[in-house]
Order: sequence, then C-alpha cells, then structure tokens
Amino acid sequence: MAETGTGIGAAVKRKEDARFITGAGRYTDDIDQSGQAYAVFLRSPHARATIGGIDTSAALQVPGVVAVYTGADLAADGIGDLPCGWLVKSKDGSDMIQPPHPPLAVERVNYVGEPYGIVIADSLQAARDGAEAVAADFDALPAVVDVATADQGDQLYETVPNNQCYDWELGDKAATDAAFANADHVASLDIVNNRLIPNAMEPRAAVGDYDAASGVYTLYTTSQNPHLERLVLAAFVQVAPESRLRVVSPDVGGGFGSKIFVYAEETAVIWAAGKLRRPVKWRADRSESFLADVHGRDHVTKAELALAGDGTFLGLRVKTIANMGAYLSTFASSVPTYLYGTLMAGQYKTPAIYVEVRAMFTNTAPVDAYRGAGRPEATYVVERLVETAARELSMDPAEIRRRNFIQPEDFPYATPVALTYDTGDYEASLDKALQHIDYQGFAARRAASEANGNRRGIGFSSYIEACGLAPSQVALSLGAGVGLFESAEVRVNVTGSVTVITGSHSHGQGHETTFAQVVSDRLGIPLDDVEVVHGDTARSDYGLGTYGSRSIAVGGSALIRATDKIIAKGKKIVAHNFETTEDSIDFTDGIFAERESNRSMAFAEVAFAAYVPANFPLDELEPGLSEKAFYDPGNFTYPAGTHICEVEIDGETGVSTIVAFVAVDDFGNVINPMIVEGQVHGGLCQGIGQALLEHGVYDDAGQLVTGSYMDYCMPRADDVPSFTVDTTVTPCTHNPLGVKGCGEAGAIGATAAVMNAVTDALGVKSLPMPATPETVWKALGSAA
Amino acid sequence: MYQFNYRKASSVAHAADLQANADDGVYLAGGMTLIPTLKQRLAAPSDVIDVGGLADLRGIDVGATVRIGALTTHADVAASAEVRGAIPALSDLAEGIGDAHVRNRGTIGGSVANSDPAADYPAAVVGLAATVHTNRRSIAGDDFFTDLFETALDAGEIITSVEFPVPARAAYAKFPNPASRYAVVGVMVAEVDGAVRVGVTGAGPCAFRSPELEAALANGISAAALDGVSVPSGDFISDLHASAEYRAHLVVVMARRAVAQLA
Repeated sequence: MAETGTGIGAAVKRKEDARFITGAGRYTDDIDQSGQAYAVFLRSPHARATIGGIDTSAALQVPGVVAVYTGADLAADGIGDLPCGWLVKSKDGSDMIQPPHPPLAVERVNYVGEPYGIVIADSLQAARDGAEAVAADFDALPAVVDVATADQGDQLYETVPNNQCYDWELGDKAATDAAFANADHVASLDIVNNRLIPNAMEPRAAVGDYDAASGVYTLYTTSQNPHLERLVLAAFVQVAPESRLRVVSPDVGGGFGSKIFVYAEETAVIWAAGKLRRPVKWRADRSESFLADVHGRDHVTKAELALAGDGTFLGLRVKTIANMGAYLSTFASSVPTYLYGTLMAGQYKTPAIYVEVRAMFTNTAPVDAYRGAGRPEATYVVERLVETAARELSMDPAEIRRRNFIQPEDFPYATPVALTYDTGDYEASLDKALQHIDYQGFAARRAASEANGNRRGIGFSSYIEACGLAPSQVALSLGAGVGLFESAEVRVNVTGSVTVITGSHSHGQGHETTFAQVVSDRLGIPLDDVEVVHGDTARSDYGLGTYGSRSIAVGGSALIRATDKIIAKGKKIVAHNFETTEDSIDFTDGIFAERESNRSMAFAEVAFAAYVPANFPLDELEPGLSEKAFYDPGNFTYPAGTHICEVEIDGETGVSTIVAFVAVDDFGNVINPMIVEGQVHGGLCQGIGQALLEHGVYDDAGQLVTGSYMDYCMPRADDVPSFTVDTTVTPCTHNPLGVKGCGEAGAIGATAAVMNAVTDALGVKSLPMPATPETVWKALGSAA
Repeated sequence: MYQFNYRKASSVAHAADLQANADDGVYLAGGMTLIPTLKQRLAAPSDVIDVGGLADLRGIDVGATVRIGALTTHADVAASAEVRGAIPALSDLAEGIGDAHVRNRGTIGGSVANSDPAADYPAAVVGLAATVHTNRRSIAGDDFFTDLFETALDAGEIITSVEFPVPARAAYAKFPNPASRYAVVGVMVAEVDGAVRVGVTGAGPCAFRSPELEAALANGISAAALDGVSVPSGDFISDLHASAEYRAHLVVVMARRAVAQLA
C-alpha cells in the first residue's frame, strides 16, 4: 500500500473540506425554491393524550398562513403509515406487533413532540404565528415512561397487549443452562444502557417541490439513505411512484444513524408541496431535534457469565428489555436483536450463549439505530461482565480476555449466536494497547493519584462489531424488508476524467476523498481527475446509503467491481486498436500495454478512443466507457480491537477525568489513515459521552427534561484526552479491498472501557451511566 | 421570535426615555439571555432597546477601585492587564465564563442585572463588596441580588458600571455545569478592608454571602479552618446536574480550593 502520494493507504487531505470550512457547503437549508412556503409542525405537548378536536380556523386567519393540515387530511389523501422495515419474530413464532404510525397523529398522540399537524405560510414567522393560533383539544392520559415497567402501565395500543412489540430469543437455552449448572463461578450484572439523543450538527430539514407540468416530486432532505427514503415514500406512504419522485440528499452535516430513517416531517412536506403546488420548506429547530429525532440505546439488562475456576468462559445469559419509544422507527426492531444478540460472543470462545430481548412501547420518542446500533449495547454487556468476572476471580483483566480469545487459527469461527467471523488477531490489538497505555506503570500512577487524595482506575474493552451491512441473503432471512447490497457506477468521461456515482452517502465520512483514492489508485489516474457523486436518486442507481460502517466495505467493493469492468473494457478497446487480443494487454499504473511489444495507450487515450469509436466491430464492442456494478457482500465484516481507558477521579468532587485513552483497532486494510483516525476520534467522543456526560431524560409525566444543551451534555474537546490511536491489520477475507469499516468502532468500544475504568477507580461493581460527578461522589462515599 | 420594535439608544438618558415610553420595553446589552429567550418565544416585549452601542458604558478604570463599565465584555475584563494586576480573581472569573462566544458578547452589566442563579459575576459582586452604579443611584453588592432572576433594580433602571474595591487578596473557584458551563457552584473568597467575605453563586436562588464560611475563616484564611464546616442546603437548587446536598458539599470544596489559591 502506498504510504505517500494519493493512492490507497495515503493520508490524503479531504477534498470536501475546502468547501465545508469556507462555508460553501450546500445543505438542505441552503436550498431555496422560487415561491417556496415555510412549514412549522404542531407538536404534542403531552406524552399521551387523545385529541378531541383541532380548531384551525384562527390559524387560517393569520396573515400569510397558506394552509393547516392535520393527520386527517393526510389520511383522506391516502397517505399511508410510516413502516418499520425489519420484521422480528417472537419466541413463539408470532410476528412483532407494529402499532399504526400515521405521519401526523390522528385521534391520539403518544410522545411529547409528536407532530399532529403542519402549518404552512408565506414566511416562517407567519407559520409560527399560525401554529400558535391552532387550538387543539387534548385529553391527557397517564404516560408509560419507564421501559422496565412498561408492561404494567396502561396499554397504549389496542393491538399491543402489555405494550410488548416482541419477545425474541437467540442461542441455545438448554446448552446455556447446562453451562451455568457446571460453572465454578457466575458473574452477574444489572445494566442500564442510557438513552442518548443523537445531535447531528445539522438539524433535519426538508424542501418539497412538485412540478405540475411533469408530475415529478423532488424532495431535498437530510437523509443518510435517499433511495430508501424514495422507496418508502413511493411504496408505503404512496406519495408518488418512484419514477416521479426524486430524493436529493445534498451535503449533510452528520447523521450518526438519526438520518437513516423516514420521518413524518419530510413525508408531510413533500405531500403538502404536491397539495399546494408550491415548494414547502422545513428545518428543525434544535429544540425540535431533541424532541423528535429518533433517540438511541435505552436498554435494561440482566447479564450473567458462567466461568470455570481458571477463568474460562462457559456460558453467557442475557435478558434485555429494549425501549422502542412510542412507534417503531424504520429499523428499530433490528437494533436490539440482529445487531445486538448476535454480538454476544464478543472476541471470545464462549461455547453457549442465550439472549432474550423484549421490545416495549413507551410514551417517549422512537428509538432506533444510533452510531453502533446494538453493537455498543452488546459490547457494554459483554465487556462490563468480563471485567466484573476478572475482578471477582482476582484475575488480571487482560489475562482473562487473553485466556478466552478466539485464536487466529480458529478462523473462520462460527459463534453460538449466528455469525461467522472471517478473520482477526485479538491478542495483537490487546498487546499493542497494553504497550501504549504503559500497563506496567499503572500501579505507580494509581499510587500517586491516591497520595493526592484522588482515585485512579483502568478499564478495558475488547470489542467486536459486525458491520459492512450486509449480506442481503442473511438480512432477508432474518426479516429485513430490503436488500443491503450497494451500487456503483464509474463513468469515464471523453477526455479521461472520471465521475464516480455511488449509492453510499457521505454525511461527514469523507467519501469524496476515500472513494476517489480507490478509483484513482486502481485506474492510475490523478486524484483530481476523479469526482464522486452521491445523494441523488436521479443520478445514481438504487443504493442503500450509509450506516453500519458499510460504505467502504460494500460501496467500495461495488466500486472495485465497476472499476474492474472499466479496465476489462479498456483492454478490449486497446486490443481492437492494436489489432490484437485483449488477453495480451496488461493494465498497470494507468497504462494499457501490449505484453509482447512496446505499444501502449494511456488511460485518457483509451477513454477518447471509446467515445470516438473508429471502426469498432459494433457487434462485439460498444462505444463508451461507463460501467456499473452492484455488490452484495458474502459476509459481514468484523472490525475488532482493544480500547483501554485510564481515568482519574477527583476525591472531593467526584469529577472523572480521562487521563489516557488508547484505541487499537483492526479495520482490515485502510484507504485513508487520516480519515480513519478522525472517524475513531469522533466515535470515541460519543462513547465517552455516553459513559460520562450524555443522558436523554424524561420525567414521570413523559416530558423531556434534557431538551437543550443547557441540560443535555454533549462531549467537548476538553472532556476528552489526546487519544492514542493505532491499528493492527488482518485484511477482510471476502471483499476485494480487504476492508472492514471504521465508522462505529469508537462508539462501540469506548463506553465499556470508560465505565470499567471508573468502577475500577471507585472499587464498586457497577455505576449508572452517565457517571456524572454527583453519581461518582455518592459512590465515593459508599465505597469508602 | 415575536415581532418587536427595535430601538437603538444614543445615550443612557435616551435609553431610559425609550423604556419609559414603551408598553413593555427591555434593554438589550450582549443579549446572551434575552436573544435565546426571544428566539424561543418565551418573551414578547413590545420594544427591544439596544444599549450595546453606548460607548461610555464600556471600559475599565483601575485606580483605588476597579470600575468596569456595564457594557464591558467578559473577554475585555479577562484580557485586561490592569484588572489582573488589581484583582486577579476577577480576571480568572471572567476568563471562565461560558465559552469564547459568550465572553465576546456577554457584558458584566447584563450578567449582573439578570441575576441568573448560576452566573459567575454575582459571586464577585457580593464576595468583593462591589457597588452597582445605575443611572439613578448606587446599590451595595450585598443588597443587589434579591431572588431568582430578581434584583434591587427598579423598572427601567440601567446599570452603568460595577465598582469593585481592590481586595487585599481574593480567589474564585468554580465547579462548572458540564453541559452549560454555568456555575453549579462558584465561590469567591476575599479579604476586603480587613474582613473575610465569601460570595457564593450557583447554589441558591441568587448569589449570597455564606455566614458559615465567613465565620470559619474570620480568624485566619486557611484550608484547615474549613475542616468540618458545612453549609445548610435548605434553599439550595436541586436539579438534574446536582442535588442541594451535593451543591452544599461543593460550596465547601470550592471555598477550600479558593483558599488554597490564596496560600
């Protein structure tokens, strides 16, 4: 791999950053259409209420107000429910129960912030005035807020007994019970995985446009997944057929999962644009983002690990209650099941595992994928439990992991929870991490802290994730409603520059650089000759967007396939020109050369020849040089690594300071190490945020307490240390680049490492997250 | 934001006149609290009277006392070598307010007039025995803060400057709210005119002097003097970030840390 230059493996500076840092990005809110109107949503002030009536007459009198629509108007127009795209089955074989989810609430509301109407006006100010003039008659009902006791609360939906969406299981219960029966020791933990609110820097937004002449709808919106947006709006919500619905997802300022989903707001906006024959624009206020973006995590779990006396893992039993919120978001059902239960083997040869997950409805914002999506929750369970077992058996936390690691010679390794890991070397990452943190020196550092009246702890997290989502065959067999391949097109222009069109979507990941590096490297052309296009259903083939660390592993592989086709076609053209056969042509570093002669053509010459087809044998050789590929992976990829956190706790105030954080990750081959390091940094911040700072809190009435940055604590630069980031490499065995993906690892691994360190420092078994200063201060008192 | 009349004041007298003639006029200085409140439609004043351009309310005068014009930004106070020479604790306090954006916009007059229970400056006003000068009178720091977002200011009264006596020594220690960076607890310990003063912000409904801590330190400012001292948490704030009990604990810890800076 190239360590310099611009090819695969080079730390090329991001092509897109010049426009971002000079304020020249083009985000949805930057898009204005001639004559556009502005939308404001009516949002429920109650966590649960019936709607007696909605009086819009005064609102319609407000100067500038164009229309006020409610759920009844959408229903009358045949606008369908927002569907969940993953069917999970309960233990008894029955389907999960999906309550109706109209884009705008009809008859009842089920969480604070749920939209029940849309006010459209000539100006945003008028729309706000109009929204205030709407009189809705709510009859408030008691709310179900706490997920652990949700089955005892009022039944929220007629069709959902006990508020339970499903009761799912995975693994061999009998074998696991037997393992526990034979155990010398059982470590157990009660775990709450705290609710997080995603907080992308750019709030969600939508601009709907309807062209009456052509009947084409165009929706500009902040989506990680524009083709899915179009599919759902066309096939389920039935706004318009796909052929007359274009979804553009321009520059998007972060998503972290929250922008994968199809939301009520863009649905109402695109529908209203057609209804009014006028462009309609909406952009969330930050307050709306807190209330109505899909939230993350929110599990309550009991987990037990059975061990032999020497620390060998014998069995793992996990029982989780997962909060779905008030409705099933687009992929909500898959997160605590197939992205969670399947990861319970971790990096270990635990022979028997049994996982049960009950998904519950509550009167809170819907919960779905958030950076890591199920895998951070799984890692938190496994790695907190492993650390607990080590402490209870008085074993070194590194040693107990080493003893149970799947070894390099064990791959491919089939876990007891449905996955087959292709490759890995877990000790290599652990060893490197131990070196970086100076594990030998920890005891002295701890003693120094204690001499100053403080505490110091160290915590490990040897995480694994299944990403590169996903083999369609596997996903479909597990209930997915869509395939999970990716599309790519490599369009060589006449004079040799290349336009790459991908179904992946970049909302901060740097695809314009990484994907260009891959193509530039493969075609031997300058990086600047490659432009990457994404985020427009009118320009790219059907693709599945970006989430689950899938872009390079799946989208990048599609790109390689398309590039291979370009090279093959180029050889045909050169062979025609040289009047020889294509198998006598080699392609290296941008030059097509005849093996047995000194004749050659540069890439740009071949491109020109393709579009100026002199004497082409048209039956055998078409003009043009443009190729497509759809790549469906054979397996998930399995990035893994060891994170070690060292924390110092102020003995007087309870403030936890991360004094060192080491992340050693195996992402397989790396295209751009600088971008990878940035992805790791960002993920670590979010993982640390969950452990120490972030918490989405509802009160007993279902009001969101943490509805602004005054109360919801986002991690900032001074909350995190200068990270030590390093990699090990075992290339993925089943994709052409040998890549695994890096987008989520930081958020998956970090949380457990931090909490293991904090509990180590305090000498307590567990502590609720976030470990705020007051929480830690109280523990200091109780542990003393 | 609701519609309002924007008025730009050309002098303090003009501002007061605009306010007197408005149905419901509010003054805009740095806008750090008012603007977010307006944006969320939590206030609907008829008139916003912008005093931000009044140059004579901006500036720092260091002599026998430190007199800071009401419109002086936190950043200006933090950057002033003269302030640092006279009352380094005040420089430290200003330097730790909010973030760079807030420090560049927010003003001492706006902060003091708002009496946010978690603002930093009120700890200095009571802890350093400041005097708040207005367009009508001078108010002793001890009398200025009366309750949550309540002060001794009358309707329409404009703070023109805040004047601090130069203490023999003073130090400020703050426990910031991790989310907002406001003070969960901030404690100013000072020796002014031979007396020990302890000003506390963040803990109660408004800034106050702590009689318990002042009594403990009266016979000599030392960390040991605070051993075993506690403050009553009766009317302290309890919220998501800190219970009243924890705040009471932090008041003593921050006092000890301020004292340590003085050693």
